Amino acid sequence: MSYQWDFAPVVANAPLLAQGLVNTLKVTGTSLACGLVLGLGLALMRLSPRHWLGWPAGFVIEVFRTTPPLVQLFWFFFALPLIVGIEMTPFLAAAVTFSIQSAAFFAEVFRGGIVSIERGQWDGALAIGMSRRQALHRIVLPQAVKRMIPAFLERAIELMKTTTLVATIAYADLLFAANEIAQKTFRPLETFTVAALIYFVVITAFSVVARAFERRLAVSGESTVH
Amino acid sequence: MKWDFASVLGNADALLVGLAGTLRIFAICLVLGLSLGLLVGLGRYARTRWLYWPATAFVEFFRNTPVLVQILWFYFAMPILLPFAISPLAAAALGISLNSAAFSAEIYRGGIQSIERGQWDGARALGMTFGQAMRRIILPQAIKRMMPALTNRAIEIFKMSTLASAVAYVELLQQAKLIASLNYNPIEAYTTVAVIFFVLLWPMVQLTYLLERRLKRDE
Amino acid sequence: MTLLSVRGLTKGFSGNAVIRGIDLDVAKGERLAILGASGSGKSTLLRCLNFMEMPDAGTVTLDGHAIGRRESELTQVRQRIGMVFQQFNLFPHMTAVGNVMEGLRTVRRMSKADARARAARELARVGLADKAETYPAHLSGGQKQRVAIARALAMDPEMLLFDEPTSALDPELVGEVLNVIRALADEGRTMLLVTHELGFAYHVATRVIFLAEGVIHEAGTPDEVLKNPRQERTRAFLASHKEFSL
Repeated sequence: MSYQWDFAPVVANAPLLAQGLVNTLKVTGTSLACGLVLGLGLALMRLSPRHWLGWPAGFVIEVFRTTPPLVQLFWFFFALPLIVGIEMTPFLAAAVTFSIQSAAFFAEVFRGGIVSIERGQWDGALAIGMSRRQALHRIVLPQAVKRMIPAFLERAIELMKTTTLVATIAYADLLFAANEIAQKTFRPLETFTVAALIYFVVITAFSVVARAFERRLAVSGESTVH
Repeated sequence: MKWDFASVLGNADALLVGLAGTLRIFAICLVLGLSLGLLVGLGRYARTRWLYWPATAFVEFFRNTPVLVQILWFYFAMPILLPFAISPLAAAALGISLNSAAFSAEIYRGGIQSIERGQWDGARALGMTFGQAMRRIILPQAIKRMMPALTNRAIEIFKMSTLASAVAYVELLQQAKLIASLNYNPIEAYTTVAVIFFVLLWPMVQLTYLLERRLKRDE
Repeated sequence: MTLLSVRGLTKGFSGNAVIRGIDLDVAKGERLAILGASGSGKSTLLRCLNFMEMPDAGTVTLDGHAIGRRESELTQVRQRIGMVFQQFNLFPHMTAVGNVMEGLRTVRRMSKADARARAARELARVGLADKAETYPAHLSGGQKQRVAIARALAMDPEMLLFDEPTSALDPELVGEVLNVIRALADEGRTMLLVTHELGFAYHVATRVIFLAEGVIHEAGTPDEVLKNPRQERTRAFLASHKEFSL
């Protein structure tokens, strides 16, 4: 059976795909930014000697790492609005879910990064009269952050792939757009192949940039691997 | 607000069916993914061009495209090319397995590469072939190092099983959707399923931590 | 004039007592060498003086005021007592001059220009003016330690604590660091020096104490302790440092 490939209908719907890609990047970007801030907060809570801070943070991190992202997404989209009584849009549900999820991941990376800074750095900072807070801000955290950049970039790429899940709650990301187009044009083969290729190109591009960045960091004399 | 877990428990049989579906696809993808991954990983480590480049292309493509896209492609797009229909299970299993194979290939390659040169030298000096050295000396040591990453992969595969619900494969999340739509209790339905996943995955996560600590201690 | 006074200092780790009640007075301008075998508590003693380790018991008095435990007080004390570590502990993400400036900027709140000028002077004093913009990763061990000394000096400390400053250095780099310390001694700086360089201690110190099992086993002038030790343990310790000869 010889199949006639016809990409014309897909090309005709290019604007829809473009908008879908934009929405994908919107969700990814928002979740990354929020996740980073929230993740640092969670990490500092975990590192704090006060147990009433450390325990809830640890609980949140464990729950979000031990349950499937799609279940989390459905819960935030269908269940949370009923509990809290708010309007939940697909974008909001996605942003909240992926922000907390990323935060849980980043919290562990931050914690590992801070802990990996050797004792001697704390000593050096305290010995010239810095308070613990100053030592953390000026000496330990800057070094820890540099070590965590590879993990952060890795996570950003992962997140771009995970956000395809929002298509299941009818958010108009790239995958959702592709699905709509496939149904409209009766050309699922061409549509989904194009969608897959677009994802591949975008994600590979980010990967290449991330790896180049890592190499630059390694060369500048700062070791990112420990 | 009244929480109604009774209706969820009343549908316990539906949940059990879902659980069976989750475990089935997990087992299939775990076996397929990790074994195909080993082959591809060895291919990535090979020095001959016609093994290395296809393996690399495979890894690059299946790591840099989202699993859900692959699943939908296998379910909607592939049947157009092939003369037979594809079941939701097959489509989802294909997508998840190939993705897992790509990720585990890199774990295998990293593990093998981490075994220092001297081990190869020692094996070859005794007259072992590449295959014998790999099987008897390198892989046994590498596997120990790779265990934390591989168990992590297994956990990811388990979590990815929920994606099969996108093509209406009957697993836990799909059943949760069903229960929620029949009884109008999304809170209880999704919370229950979240708890079930947590209970199932938590031992595996703890195992990963344990393996990581053991590895750090022994190295 | 007594600058630092220690009474009944005690410190232990996980049930093992490392320092068992030490009394010590350090006068202004004194140069005290602290000797002892590993595990005798030399480093711990030093680290207790600027409260990098918290003593279990005892008092440390600086200029007549007993030092309390509050962080605000401790940060003040640490500005007055400088410390140089065996492992240098330079900040790798800052240049040499950046390292020296750091205390002035962050703790003393100096302006960038003032801090930089002061830091440049200190680096010149230890002979590293040309390495100001170099990162620690590109410095030799001896250079790193000299930057560390400059960093401590920049804070204008009343007293300097040296915790085995040359033990982590290759032999050929030890000299450049000892020369800097000797220059500081010649200026009349008050310093406590934990070291294995017995020859150096003999020539530079005004007083020597020998620590064993967490207490001061013997104390006196360099001539007394290093040339004519009274205690058997001191003699045994000196004998095991065969390269030491006067």
